[in-house]
Amino acid sequence: MNSSVITFPGSNCDRDMAVALRKFGFKNKMVWHDDLELPKCDLVVLPGGFSYGDYLRCGSMASKSRIMKSILNFAKGGGKVMGICNGFQILVEAGLLPGVLLRNKYLEFICKNIFVKINDKDNPYFKDIKNDTFEFHIAHNEGNYFCSKDQIKEIEDNNQIALFYSDKSGIVSEDYNPNGSIKNIAGIFNKEKNILGMMPHPERMIDPVLSGDDGSIFFKNLINNLK
Amino acid sequence: MTVNEKIAVDHGLKKDEYKKICDLLKRVPNYTELGIFSAMWNEHCSYKSSRLHLKNLPTKGKNVIQGPGENAGVIDIGDNDAIVFKIESHNHPSFIEPYQGAATGVGGIMRDIFTMGARPIANLNSIHFGSPQNKKTKNLLRGVVRGIGGYGNCMGVPTIAGQTSFDESYNGNILVNAMTLGLVKKDKIFYSKAAGLGKPVIYVGSKTGRDGIHGASMASASFDDKIEEKKPTVQVGDPFTEKLLLEACLELMAGDSIIAIQDMGAAGLTSSSIEMASKGKLGIEINLNMVPCRETKMTPYEIMLSESQERMLIVLENGKEDLAKKIFDKWNLDFAVIGKTTKNKKIELYFDEKKVADIPVNILVENSPMYNRKWKKAKLPKKIKIEKEQFKTLKVINVLNKILSNPNVCSKEWIWQQYDHTVMGDTIQKPGGDSGVVRIHGTDKAVAASVDSSAVYCWAHPLSGGKQIVCESWRNLISVGAKPIAITNCLNFGSPEIEENMGEFIECVQGLGEASSYLDFPVVSGNVSFYNQTKDIGIKPTPVIGGIGLILKYENMVTMSLKKTDNILLVIGKTEGHLDQSLFSRDILNEKNGPPPEINLFNEKNNGETILKLIEKKFVKAAHDVSLGGIITALSKMCIKGKKGAILNKPNYLINKFEYLFGEDQGRYIIEIDKDNLQNVIKILSENSVHFDELGTVSDKDLIIDDKSKVSIDDLIKSHTIWLTNYMSK
Repeated sequence: MNSSVITFPGSNCDRDMAVALRKFGFKNKMVWHDDLELPKCDLVVLPGGFSYGDYLRCGSMASKSRIMKSILNFAKGGGKVMGICNGFQILVEAGLLPGVLLRNKYLEFICKNIFVKINDKDNPYFKDIKNDTFEFHIAHNEGNYFCSKDQIKEIEDNNQIALFYSDKSGIVSEDYNPNGSIKNIAGIFNKEKNILGMMPHPERMIDPVLSGDDGSIFFKNLINNLK
Repeated sequence: MTVNEKIAVDHGLKKDEYKKICDLLKRVPNYTELGIFSAMWNEHCSYKSSRLHLKNLPTKGKNVIQGPGENAGVIDIGDNDAIVFKIESHNHPSFIEPYQGAATGVGGIMRDIFTMGARPIANLNSIHFGSPQNKKTKNLLRGVVRGIGGYGNCMGVPTIAGQTSFDESYNGNILVNAMTLGLVKKDKIFYSKAAGLGKPVIYVGSKTGRDGIHGASMASASFDDKIEEKKPTVQVGDPFTEKLLLEACLELMAGDSIIAIQDMGAAGLTSSSIEMASKGKLGIEINLNMVPCRETKMTPYEIMLSESQERMLIVLENGKEDLAKKIFDKWNLDFAVIGKTTKNKKIELYFDEKKVADIPVNILVENSPMYNRKWKKAKLPKKIKIEKEQFKTLKVINVLNKILSNPNVCSKEWIWQQYDHTVMGDTIQKPGGDSGVVRIHGTDKAVAASVDSSAVYCWAHPLSGGKQIVCESWRNLISVGAKPIAITNCLNFGSPEIEENMGEFIECVQGLGEASSYLDFPVVSGNVSFYNQTKDIGIKPTPVIGGIGLILKYENMVTMSLKKTDNILLVIGKTEGHLDQSLFSRDILNEKNGPPPEINLFNEKNNGETILKLIEKKFVKAAHDVSLGGIITALSKMCIKGKKGAILNKPNYLINKFEYLFGEDQGRYIIEIDKDNLQNVIKILSENSVHFDELGTVSDKDLIIDDKSKVSIDDLIKSHTIWLTNYMSK
């Protein structure tokens, strides 16, 4: 399986993502934001970081990068595109996913382990995963997912919510919402479910000596599903 | 403008210093030249009050590749890997403008590290604020934490450890010390020494603006009532540009184009160009019209003194300009050839085709003032007689809860959750432990780092205090299973022009030197920050030590969290119950006098090295050094981290309960071991003549101190976490 990780100016989880993808068997290429064409691949990842410093709205400058056209075409053809953290923000800004990511409710950057509940397993990202929840890690200042009433209805009708913030057992409530996201949303799909955006960083959870190991389950499953 | 003595004094120079400039130049300097002298000869850049005393610190060792004098120190960690590290203060600007002051402190220290070719792999910080009741404290704390996070998070460098304290002596002068570790291949270290004549001098990074002019001079004077007016001297940080600068520099460094490189930190283009010329024993000629400027009509004076951030000066090999420019273009950064190296050992500046400065480099550097300032020796305070009668009214659990929620002991999670501590995917010990630990990417090795200070001990007796902080740093590294290698120091003091302050400085440095020399724990980099003073009130002497240790196999790392019920708890080191200057005396008895605990360097070394042996044999399941708040505070933290309880034995010798539990004798650790290993462990401890006591055993829940004193772990957690969160949300 081939993957491409895009490096935007200010990306800082690009190496971490490449390390994770390689660890679980992907042949990964780093792709520069100013390139015209994506290399041939099965998965494109927009990594976390602070593209263009997040000085304008997070992700908005990067969403206009030269490589985005090629990614758009790749996604239109059903290609799998995953955006983590700042990558999620870029996908939203590019119009590939609905909604926006606002500043965290308590106005502070937050870096900690959280639990997420998998909402839907009928998609290439979570199909065959035995767990109902994951312990993942978040590190963001703008992860407060928001969208209009009409949009949320559409998202729910199409079963586009990927992950909810929850407790260990999968209970979804405001108590476990770290950033104020509407409906505790931690990640969403596009309608076709080939594009996934999420705030948590599975790539930081790939070894028990790190913050945890649940990312390993996610990546192992992902490469199997893409085969 | 014609320069005269008054203008020189307005620049922070003393009258005799101005006279010396005129004598050395054999003429009156022009305005630009005066600015350059004031920038180079202030305390911050010239170390004029401290140089004499810093010479005595031990700076060599078998792992030391580079000691003080470069952008940062470098140590060998084997397999052609080296760690570049340093700590630096950004105290004055952080008080005036906490967000930008702290942010640019973090940015500045990271630049020092990657200037040497190293990729930053971890940040730490030591921050000190006034009393929580002081009306400025909360906003300063909030601003500083946001600033540190704002810069470090954006750079994608994890902040893995830190220290926060509160003391009324910082009411008018907070301390913000930032430390960075970088990883470099031993044969790819870059230095600031220019070499070769006619080599192009290159400016890269951000454009030069009018921000930060006289920042270094501002940091070389005490504060007065008008300090708020100094806001324009605080630099403004742009972490995004620094991230680009980091990547661009490392890309250029992968090749062989660079002869010398120096970041533009304090005193900007002035100090960077002069330092490169001075180290290379040559001259540099700069055409200031070529310097990329952010604002129009900037004068030579402003260009030379600006402290705009995210800029570097590089001496390149001839003919490599195009190659280098291509890299900086790719990263959207300014790149300009602004001058060349010359034979005549002068700094020569041109602007609008006129020569605007012409100063021999040695006058600025070697002839800079050095003072042997007057100082007063501190007396060892008399031991106070603590009336034990008053203990009868105290309940151990109440005291413990009060100490756990003391601002200087309580959990700092509110702070470090705002720092990205896991980016780069190698953080194996997060903030909140004895040291932060990161793996050396792609290897079995890891480095541990800790920042420590004990202002109260240093204030009570500077010599013992100076020793104590080095030992504390050593213990924090040992506790995670790391072999201590070297330290960096940030020496924060009041005005050196006051004899008591100068005495505190000299004796702290002496203590620090004695301990680091005995422990073979050399000082490889550092920074001095004087004038942490508002009018006639100075801070408590606050030398901060940043220690680095190596773990050869990261799977052998130890944490402080208790692991398994029925495991045995040992206290390593002797408990005599020293209460003077302890948190118990100060916070519970309100007794602020007396000497700090004594340091026995032999025991420190022996206890630490023996624990490392036990860790090597995998006997140690958890470890934590005993410091502020004594044994019971240390044990409570181990319970909290591991969500386990403990049952204490009765001490097997005669000692007052409060002295036993809350005394702050030095050189001690608590370790957790498996019952089955007890005899083996005792054998090793005895063979090495290490004193130990059986403290108790690990249990499922509840900390049981004796039949009258029992507390649940949930209550301990509450006491430990509630204070800071409450304080910041009010």
